[in-house]
Amino acid sequence: MANTDIIIHDEKDNVGVVVIEKITPSQDCNCWVMENNKSVQIQSKDEIPLGHKIAMMDLNEGDTILKYGHDIGKVVKSIKKGEHVHVHNVKTKKW
Amino acid sequence: MEIPKTFLGYKREDGRSGTRNHVIILPVDDISNACAEAVANNIKGTIALPHSYGRLQFGADLELHFRTMIGTGRNPNVAAVIVIGIEPKWTKRIVDAIAVTGKPVEGFSIEGVGDIDTIAKVSKKAQEFSIWASEKQREERPISDLWISVKCGESDTTSGLASNPTVGNLMDKLEPLGVHLCFGETSELTGAETVCEKRGKTPEAQEKFKKTWNAYNDFILKEATDDLSESQPTAGNIAGGLTTIEEKAFGNFQKIGSRQFIDVLEPAEEPTKGPGLYFMDTSSAAAECVTLQAAGGFNIHLFPTGQGNIIGNPIEPVIKLTANPLTAKTMSEHIDVDVSKILSREMNLDQAGNELIKSTLRVANGRLTCAEALGHKEFVMTKLYRSA
Repeated sequence: MANTDIIIHDEKDNVGVVVIEKITPSQDCNCWVMENNKSVQIQSKDEIPLGHKIAMMDLNEGDTILKYGHDIGKVVKSIKKGEHVHVHNVKTKKW
Repeated sequence: MEIPKTFLGYKREDGRSGTRNHVIILPVDDISNACAEAVANNIKGTIALPHSYGRLQFGADLELHFRTMIGTGRNPNVAAVIVIGIEPKWTKRIVDAIAVTGKPVEGFSIEGVGDIDTIAKVSKKAQEFSIWASEKQREERPISDLWISVKCGESDTTSGLASNPTVGNLMDKLEPLGVHLCFGETSELTGAETVCEKRGKTPEAQEKFKKTWNAYNDFILKEATDDLSESQPTAGNIAGGLTTIEEKAFGNFQKIGSRQFIDVLEPAEEPTKGPGLYFMDTSSAAAECVTLQAAGGFNIHLFPTGQGNIIGNPIEPVIKLTANPLTAKTMSEHIDVDVSKILSREMNLDQAGNELIKSTLRVANGRLTCAEALGHKEFVMTKLYRSA
């Protein structure tokens, strides 16, 4: 089995989580979709550390981030596939 | 994997099963701790459960104190109970409620006697209970007699990714076998509360959850000195990659798999609606939460951790699992089940869930948990407000 760089919980999710120390820009990454045990590939655009999220598709302002198959917040600055997803481009819908 | 239909437990007088066979010395109040600890020191095979409260409490806070004391004594992991209080009235109330289970229980009060004579008197009874309990044998009991509580702590991204879903996988596999399950942590569900509410099996359960969570949220808004949005997720959470409070809550929520809860319990309340998943209104502080779940009658606990929480409980064995490979290595004496291979895809959730089921049954059969072997006995009363 090829090394897993990114884990995606649910097949509906539009973000994955980095599970190696970090991924570097333009790295070809192996992603494992836990729910259906499938593999997908993605090329990163940013350096993203362990535990942080990567966008699995292009996302526009106002889009909903899905992780665990659930709404975990809204995009506040458009995000390209392969970019780092965090507090600089995603906010809670709670407050 | 074929899941065993039985485990080796202690059959109790009320028909339930214990995974442990403790004789406990239970102080009603803070000032009876010294006496209880002296007795437990005298008589081998007994444990004292000292704590900090039990005087001048009133209203709902006092009721919770009683419920926790009584529930702890009633737990099937407890073979026999000695209750010691400063005065006879509250002591008797606890003794009488535990006695309903049919297990041996005896109460003593210190007022008018003093510590030394009380210790002598109680020690005689405790010796009798300890020797009596030592003859109890484990026998085959149905797996449905497992009452499993869960709570996570020192969580990091590996918790939501792997160790919490492993617990969820176990729940999905064991619930159909008729076990009781319990999750809590009202505060840590903030952000996922509407989704959690919909997991209620009946409109009543959903309504009860909504009321419970709202009451908690109102309390936070009243007591908070700053906007909660600044503290949730915490700076540490954000550094670890958690972006929003919703993301944190859904990571926690993975522990219940795809189960629905059938009822919402007050803190330390014993479930009465039969097998299935229950939500208990608890704090998210580890020792407080597990103490309340044990008092609700749960006889084995699963505790996923990321950075390495070390909690144990005096009567309910606490099994720790982690998916963080560093924690599994640097804190190995605290980790019962290592599921870090999920992250490297050497193990999938189905396999991890099976490993956890196997470990849970071994502990139910008598294998000591890491926390038990290390002597962790955190018994912490939940206090709702200050005493009079």
